[in-house]
Amino acid sequence: MHQLWLIPALPFAGFLINGILGRRFSRAVVNAVALGSVLLAFLWALKTVLGLGEARIFEHYFNWIVAGGLQVGCDFAVDRLTAVMLMVVTGVGALIHIYSIGYMAHEDGYYRFFAYLNLFMYFMLTLVLAANFLLLFVGWEGVGLCSYLLIGFWFHKKSATDAGNKAFIVNRIGDYGFSLAMLLIVVNFGTLDFQIVFHAAPTKPEAVLTTIAMLLLVGACGKSAQFPLYVWLPDAMEGPTPVSALIHAATMVTAGVYMVARSFPIYQGAPSALEIVAYIGLFTAAFAATIGLAQNDIKKVFAYSTVSQLGYMFLGAGVGAFSAGIYHLMTHAFFKALLFLGAGSVIHALSGEQDMRNMGGLRKKIPVTFWTLMCAAVAISGVPPTAGFFSKDAILVAAYHHAPWMYWIGTITAGLTAFYVFRAMFLTFFGEYRGHEHPHESPKVMTIPLAVLGVLSIAGGFIKVPAWLEHFFPVAEAPENPSLVFISVAAGLIGIFIAYVMYVARPGLADSVASSLDGLYRLVYNKYFVDEIYDAAIVKPVVSGSRAVLWRGVDAGLIDGTVNGVGSGSQGFGGWLKLFQSGNIRSYATWVVFGSVVLVVTLGLIGAVR
Amino acid sequence: MSLLDIVLALPLLGFLAVLLVPRQNEETIRRTAMVIAVVTFLASIGLATGLSSDVPGPQFVTDVIWIAFPEIHYHVGTDGLSVWLVILSTFLTPICILISWRSIDKRVKEFYAFLLLLEFGLIGVFVSLDLFLFYVFWEVSLVPMYFLIGIWGHERRIYAAVKFFLYTMAGSSLMLVGIIYIYNRAGTFNYTTILDMLNGGKLGFTPGEEMLLFLAFFIAFAIKVPLFPLHTWLPDAHVEAPTAGSVMLASVMLKMGAYGLIRYCLPMFPDASRRCAPWIIVLAIIGIIYGALVAMVQPNMKKLVAYSSVSHLGFVVLGIFSFTQLGLDGAVYQMLNHGISTGALFVLVGLLYERRHSLEIADYGGVATAAPGLSTVFLITTLASVGLPMLNNFVGEYLVLQGAAQANFRWAVFAAIGVILSACYMLWLYQRVFYGDTPEAVADHVHDLNHREWVATVPLLAMMLWMGVYTASFLPPITRTNYAILEQSKMNVRFRVAAPPHAPYLSAREVRLGR
Repeated sequence: MHQLWLIPALPFAGFLINGILGRRFSRAVVNAVALGSVLLAFLWALKTVLGLGEARIFEHYFNWIVAGGLQVGCDFAVDRLTAVMLMVVTGVGALIHIYSIGYMAHEDGYYRFFAYLNLFMYFMLTLVLAANFLLLFVGWEGVGLCSYLLIGFWFHKKSATDAGNKAFIVNRIGDYGFSLAMLLIVVNFGTLDFQIVFHAAPTKPEAVLTTIAMLLLVGACGKSAQFPLYVWLPDAMEGPTPVSALIHAATMVTAGVYMVARSFPIYQGAPSALEIVAYIGLFTAAFAATIGLAQNDIKKVFAYSTVSQLGYMFLGAGVGAFSAGIYHLMTHAFFKALLFLGAGSVIHALSGEQDMRNMGGLRKKIPVTFWTLMCAAVAISGVPPTAGFFSKDAILVAAYHHAPWMYWIGTITAGLTAFYVFRAMFLTFFGEYRGHEHPHESPKVMTIPLAVLGVLSIAGGFIKVPAWLEHFFPVAEAPENPSLVFISVAAGLIGIFIAYVMYVARPGLADSVASSLDGLYRLVYNKYFVDEIYDAAIVKPVVSGSRAVLWRGVDAGLIDGTVNGVGSGSQGFGGWLKLFQSGNIRSYATWVVFGSVVLVVTLGLIGAVR
Repeated sequence: MSLLDIVLALPLLGFLAVLLVPRQNEETIRRTAMVIAVVTFLASIGLATGLSSDVPGPQFVTDVIWIAFPEIHYHVGTDGLSVWLVILSTFLTPICILISWRSIDKRVKEFYAFLLLLEFGLIGVFVSLDLFLFYVFWEVSLVPMYFLIGIWGHERRIYAAVKFFLYTMAGSSLMLVGIIYIYNRAGTFNYTTILDMLNGGKLGFTPGEEMLLFLAFFIAFAIKVPLFPLHTWLPDAHVEAPTAGSVMLASVMLKMGAYGLIRYCLPMFPDASRRCAPWIIVLAIIGIIYGALVAMVQPNMKKLVAYSSVSHLGFVVLGIFSFTQLGLDGAVYQMLNHGISTGALFVLVGLLYERRHSLEIADYGGVATAAPGLSTVFLITTLASVGLPMLNNFVGEYLVLQGAAQANFRWAVFAAIGVILSACYMLWLYQRVFYGDTPEAVADHVHDLNHREWVATVPLLAMMLWMGVYTASFLPPITRTNYAILEQSKMNVRFRVAAPPHAPYLSAREVRLGR
């Protein structure tokens, strides 16, 4: 036995201890419990991964649900895919826990924050360790819950709790698809166990597999913020920044990609569904990147960037390059966590300022933050030989072999990515300081995790995930193609160059470009009005329709009106009945006795008649 | 005298004991009631642990003649279906006593007497194996609830109590006609005998007869469930009832209807049940979605929870009439889940009312700051109610949907919308009551849970977690009984057993059961 259960159980213990007793603990104890449990989980996961061969480790603990021939176990398994996820979740998770000690130092509800964070680790690890769909769903919903709790961490702010509700409900819409997929899997396979389902998948008709795959995709789109269900993620930035880094960049939002990759045998039997995965990924990547071009809130830029990068991962999976998608998942976890933590360090330095128009010139004032953030910026822009270069390139090359036009759109998007990230970098760190706060560098407890992630962003590409997963996924043919690599790298560099020209070399150019493209700029600046459209087309009609039509109209009007009408229609009868309604217990009791007597006599008569 | 007789007799003895205590000794009355309720609960646990998995049919049976002519028996017994409902009743009664400890200050003696009488009636309904006895208990449970609402309720209590009484009476009088008709044909009220006669072909109904009898029972049960559109008594009754009344009403009384459907309608009238199933399922699905949408726009907390019950109970009816093992198991599990989580919601809303004296959502806000403990308990209950995995409702909802999907995937497609909507109304409620800034009225009056209230709420939370994580403690007896009921409902089917599409599942079960 490898005691896999220990990996999630450790953070869960941390959650229980801090959640129940944390109020009485000093901050040092809270730190020790929260961080210690995650570090131990990391070590245990590391030990498991190091001992992992090609074969998967499977452990059955107890039966969760047994009914009507369906058996759902509490089963954990580790294979090479899970191994990658385990390392990312516990590794990056531990770093972010350390960072949070510094970032949250001045906040109330300190123990609550760390309890939630540990709870999140527990659910996320359950998600990646689960050996059947329903247990995966436990983690899936659980991380959603933690996301809800942490987005609304500052629950006095209505915008924060609104964002939390939005995240939970939009995810619920995705989960609706996921649930239906599970129902169909049981109807067709008789089980939810990964091994059995995936083994039997090739024997099932394509129509069934396609339906299941499409429904799973709905779930993945919710969790991984893909079009059209991405709208919750930008709002989720209301949460504390370490939460944005851990949950809304590095780990939770990649669960959809993980789930699609995990279900690859189903998708292989459903090529049209896989094609749609690629379309959605590509469209989301490009669409979100354009929104990222015009945002002024530093966290919003990175939020749309996350949506866009998740789109790349979907693109990778959709064109059959699952291992490239997972590769990008890992490198993205490094550089995007770093971008958020770096942004958090900037925000911390400026006492809460998030608007880049009030920043500028911070390069000298907070140099560690600047240099580490620069590592992430070049990595996401795909500059060789940083981590982002390898993984993005693997996806784009695979996309080219699937359909060249996908490569081209992906490459243009890579240019846009480099542009908006460096736009943010230049606005924040170059030029003159435009704010009023006095910037100060963050403490070591925050900058050390930044440095570690900086190293991983630069060098993490040499952790060759595709080689590790070589025998796990079916091999996607994608021969080396230097010219494609050259073009996509060039796109990134051009993006950086344009950003440099517009925001450093010739400041003011950006504004004139924006005003010359006024309509387009407004459209992008307002995020294509998608939130407004959803609100007007769905939310408002449902709420006011429920109130005016269903409640006041049908319930109070039609149904109760009919009932009361029957009542008043028989008022004469009721007047007679009123005699019985004296409100006196004794008289009621008399009537009950009387009724019983009548009944028994009647029965006797009937019996006699018979 | 079996353990079941003791469990049934204890609340009645408690009722009498409370009546004997002088009216001014209020603390003695409360303690007496509490002790009896706890002892009843402990005794009832023995029913679950003592339930043998080898014996088909009811256990702990007592069958003696009560009225010689017409022959009416005191015939009781329990099985995997009823045992949990009995325990649910005995589990919630002490909790109801605890939360009424301070909030009920007038006519204390009658209150606790009625509460114990109610418990007696409810247990009786679930364990009766004689149709007439069933009817008697059905009515017995009605009376104390009527008075709980009518005496200790809020402003419009009389209207609500009368509405509740008339609605239920309308249904149950139809059922009485049905019962007498069956007696006329079978010559007995003994339910096990009637089923044996149906199986043996000694008793048979023409399709028309069966349909009418089915409807007579069904309408009585559907009102109680309540099934859309027969639900409008429920919000009024809940809003006006005192907390303990709401809890018992939502958690246990509504289950009488669903229990009746499974216990009586399916085995006795399988043809008619199957014939009507598509229509009933349409109503159930409408109820799921409609209840959730109407709950969403309620300004009153209790009304919101009441309409959410309409939605949740829709799942139960859907599971029952899916005629699948999973659906039926899920329906029973969901009955228990709803009892725990909605019971807890009413307890918590009651605690808020005690403090702030308002049920209007708009009067609250920022309770999380004022009463963090209460807020945490409410949050966990909310999460259970929206079907978060690892908490109880998820298992029930999942099994119901799975059963529905096996019968007809489209049903699941529509019903699952309810799961999305439940998150909408519950989270929105939670946000408006608990988050945001704390108005003065809340900060001054809403204090955190005291020890008594913790004792009342923690068992509910524990049950949510236990039922959500380790279903093996609860599901096996339910599955066994449901299996027998499904088989029974196939045996009597005349026209066509909706082609057992899931034979592999049932046979897999049979293998496991060693049949």
